Amino acid sequence: MHLAYPAVLSALLFCTGLYGVLARRNAILVLMSVELMLNAVNLNLVAFDVWLSRTAEETLHSGQALTLFTIAIAAAEIGIGLAIVLAVHRNRGTADIDKLRDSAERHGPDGDHDGTDHDALTAEQSDEAEKAEATA
Amino acid sequence: MTTTTLAVLVPLLPFLGGAAGLLLGRTASGFVRPLAVLPTLTSLVLAALVAVRQGGGQAIDSATELTPTGSVPIELALHIDGFAALVAVLVGLVASCVQIYSTGYLRDDPRYPSYAALVSLFTSAMFLVVYSGDLIVLLVGWEVMGICSYFLVGHYWETPEARAASLKAFLVTKLGDVPFLIGLFALATDAGSFRITKVLGTVASGGLDHPTLIALLLLAGVAGKSAQFPLHTWLPDAMAGPTPVSALIHAATMVAAGVYFIARLLPVFEASQAAMVLLAVMAAVTMVGSGLAALAQDDIKRVLAYSTIGQLGYMTGALAVGDRGAAVFHLLSHGAFKALLFLAAGVIIHAAGTNSLAAMSRMRNLRDRVPDAYWTMTVALLALAAIPPFSGFFSKEAVLGVAEHVVTGHTEHAPAASGWIVLVAGLVTAVLTAAYAMRLWLLAFRGRGAEAPDHGRQPLTMTVVLWVLAVPSLALGGFVFRLLPDWFDVRDLAPTLTTSVLGTGLALAGGIVTYGAWRHTTALAARVPLGAVAAHPEGDAAQVEAEAIATHEPAYGDIAYAPDPADPGRLLLGPLHRPAAAGFHLDAVYTVLFVRPVQAGASLVRFLDREVVETYVRGAGALPRWLGAAVRRAQTGNVQTYVSALLAGTVVLAVAAVLVATGA
Amino acid sequence: MSLAAATHGFLSPTGVEIAFLLVGLVTFGAAIVTVTTRQLVHAALWLVVTLGGLAVEYLLLTAEFIAWVQVLIYVGSVVVLLLFGLMLTRAPIGRSPDADSGNRWAALTVAVAAAAALVWVVVDAFRATWIDLDGPAAGSTEATGASLFQNWVLPFEALSVLLLAALVGAIVLSRKAKAEAATASGSTPSGSTPAGSTPVTRSEKEGTR
Repeated sequence: MHLAYPAVLSALLFCTGLYGVLARRNAILVLMSVELMLNAVNLNLVAFDVWLSRTAEETLHSGQALTLFTIAIAAAEIGIGLAIVLAVHRNRGTADIDKLRDSAERHGPDGDHDGTDHDALTAEQSDEAEKAEATA
Repeated sequence: MTTTTLAVLVPLLPFLGGAAGLLLGRTASGFVRPLAVLPTLTSLVLAALVAVRQGGGQAIDSATELTPTGSVPIELALHIDGFAALVAVLVGLVASCVQIYSTGYLRDDPRYPSYAALVSLFTSAMFLVVYSGDLIVLLVGWEVMGICSYFLVGHYWETPEARAASLKAFLVTKLGDVPFLIGLFALATDAGSFRITKVLGTVASGGLDHPTLIALLLLAGVAGKSAQFPLHTWLPDAMAGPTPVSALIHAATMVAAGVYFIARLLPVFEASQAAMVLLAVMAAVTMVGSGLAALAQDDIKRVLAYSTIGQLGYMTGALAVGDRGAAVFHLLSHGAFKALLFLAAGVIIHAAGTNSLAAMSRMRNLRDRVPDAYWTMTVALLALAAIPPFSGFFSKEAVLGVAEHVVTGHTEHAPAASGWIVLVAGLVTAVLTAAYAMRLWLLAFRGRGAEAPDHGRQPLTMTVVLWVLAVPSLALGGFVFRLLPDWFDVRDLAPTLTTSVLGTGLALAGGIVTYGAWRHTTALAARVPLGAVAAHPEGDAAQVEAEAIATHEPAYGDIAYAPDPADPGRLLLGPLHRPAAAGFHLDAVYTVLFVRPVQAGASLVRFLDREVVETYVRGAGALPRWLGAAVRRAQTGNVQTYVSALLAGTVVLAVAAVLVATGA
Repeated sequence: MSLAAATHGFLSPTGVEIAFLLVGLVTFGAAIVTVTTRQLVHAALWLVVTLGGLAVEYLLLTAEFIAWVQVLIYVGSVVVLLLFGLMLTRAPIGRSPDADSGNRWAALTVAVAAAAALVWVVVDAFRATWIDLDGPAAGSTEATGASLFQNWVLPFEALSVLLLAALVGAIVLSRKAKAEAATASGSTPSGSTPAGSTPVTRSEKEGTR
């Protein structure tokens, strides 16, 4: 079998997962897309391991071992990730990634003048308070 | 001690006295008066000693170079000839009198320490100008005098008149000093040295390339310093300063510095016929114009100020006909009697509580209140009017004699045109001088009306110096006009018969006409009540004078003018009276010529700064702000956007790396 | 084995290649649907198809142990977990019009560019590389086990520590949420129980493996 087949499939799957990570709104869908990307890598690892174990007489089977590790780590990642998403959902009432904008620049687009600086500061402070409440 | 050492000490002592006065003035007030008076007195003694040792013989020259100063060396140089020695004695005499007088005049003034220190500093600078043999060192003294004059005119800075006058004095003299400085550089470039002896040597050998240009440039500075037309306008306003300052700076010494400077460098001016004629015209206009203006002034000190301008005009006239002996002779005698006039006027202002002649003419028996001032002022006014045998007669006749000498063609130094101009203007001014001297005397001492206020006896320090100065006013001319030619190595200064008869006759005529006019108008005085006196007549003289100056404009409507029908000057001048009182509106001309354009330029600059430059500054600020806003807009907080940008960059980098690696 | 790689052209595919290609197409299509569908639960189900297809691909590559682990862990537990997550976050059943964020066009651009670059590089690099699938299976359970416990014992044990840490972390996150829910006077009381089930499920899975 040509190595190009699994390699190209892996590349396409990876980019599909990439699109999902960047385009999906729901955090759980983003986690699914991450799984896709991980699986694409796994496919690559397996294909190259099979190829190398024949052509280079390589017996470590490092590709397959790493695939197993990746699967285990992906499982752990999905567990932690889901726990985080659930915590966020519980605190914020949403799991939509583009609504979690605490790191956004808060000032108006035309720049802050001296008069509005104080308001911006207080708004920031109230944000800080919100965040502290959320992480508590 | 050698004569050179003595001469060095003469400017140094008042300088040290002034510096010590400035330092100790606040802490050790007991030392202030000795520190003010003693160095100046010592300088007078030393200057007299120097004069005796020099004795009109060979000029003393001494120079030391402190440091190399480039292609044209600047040296600390002394050049003491007869002129320098005698003028220094005059400066020392007047400065000592003024310092002694000031101790009484500013008895209770809280700013006396700084005042006395500045007078000392001024005296030192004047000595420097007189003795200096190097033009740059002379310039240092010249400018120090200017700044001291600024501070001293503004002594009563609480009054707006004094503030305006000090600024005006400074700016107008600076207007002349800038061309003066350029002229000095041009002169030194042509002569290759700042040393006066070398400059004169160059001139004598005809090595001066641009005599007319240099002479005209220097003339501008002289006109500013010596208050010659058209830069004389600061001097009448400078009367807002204390009277002793007027006596020292604006009568006897600083304004004489310009005349003295031309006297020193007369060959430079003689090298240019145009400059000599211009000098003559300047002197003539100054003489006649100031005589007319003096006849119309109401403030007694402004009368004297215009009189000073006119007498300085005589001196420049003498220089314009190429005779520095006569000029310096008149400088000496004028210094003595004009200082006396001012100091006596200070006593009168104190006694009368006003500086207005109109108010004084309504006071009876003012002369009995201040007998010392009355007698000494009479002497000084006779000297001013050039009545024989007072000193002013001899010096003025010397000037007129020289002019007549030139007119009759007995000299090759000066063009005959200058002689005619100076002679005619001098004779006209003789009439005017006698007229305004007579008017001053009549209005001040022959007033009718209420009894003059009694403020007790004047301080001894103020009256004694009047008599000290009265001696040279009375006798200087008659005794020394035969001696001076030895000192000045010029021709005879004895009065010639023609000019003496002519001048004295005209002066008597002017006086008699004024007396007649006064007899005619004085009856009106009782009908029109006028006058305002100082609010604190019991205060010291300086306070009374400051109040008198401050109240003159509110009381009479003008700083220089009083609507007094009893004034003989009004009758004599007729329609000219009002413009003459205002100094022929030269200030208005200056306003149009200089002040308005400068103000317009300032508002233009302000507009450029506010609207044009500021726009660029604001733009420079706005551009980064807009960029910052744009960059901030990217900070959406959406993690996916960030990751998209990150990965897009990664892809680009990876593709670039692959392309480079494969050599595509 | 003796055949040179150059003799295997893309235009004369072997049977395995045809099977791989077909399954790959299904896998790729299912993946596309997973990231584009508007129905969230459908996305999870299409993910099952994708992961299953990948398991088949592993089998075709003779990596049978990986294939079964894939089926067990991914299809069996991860997708179930994801479905639980969807339910717990009250994901709407049916079409949700806002499943994609406003970032989708940028995402599409980046993804297509990345795919083009990767495919180009990969094809350029490996178009003549041939995998010989004959002979003993490279990924049989025996071969994999031998390799794992001969050469990869230490990482394997380290991995168990990692899993333990993940377990503890998930519990801590859930407990914090529970404590906060209690102080917030039971605003979202239903969230605590399923969140607690997450580590339990995974620890079972660890035991399975």
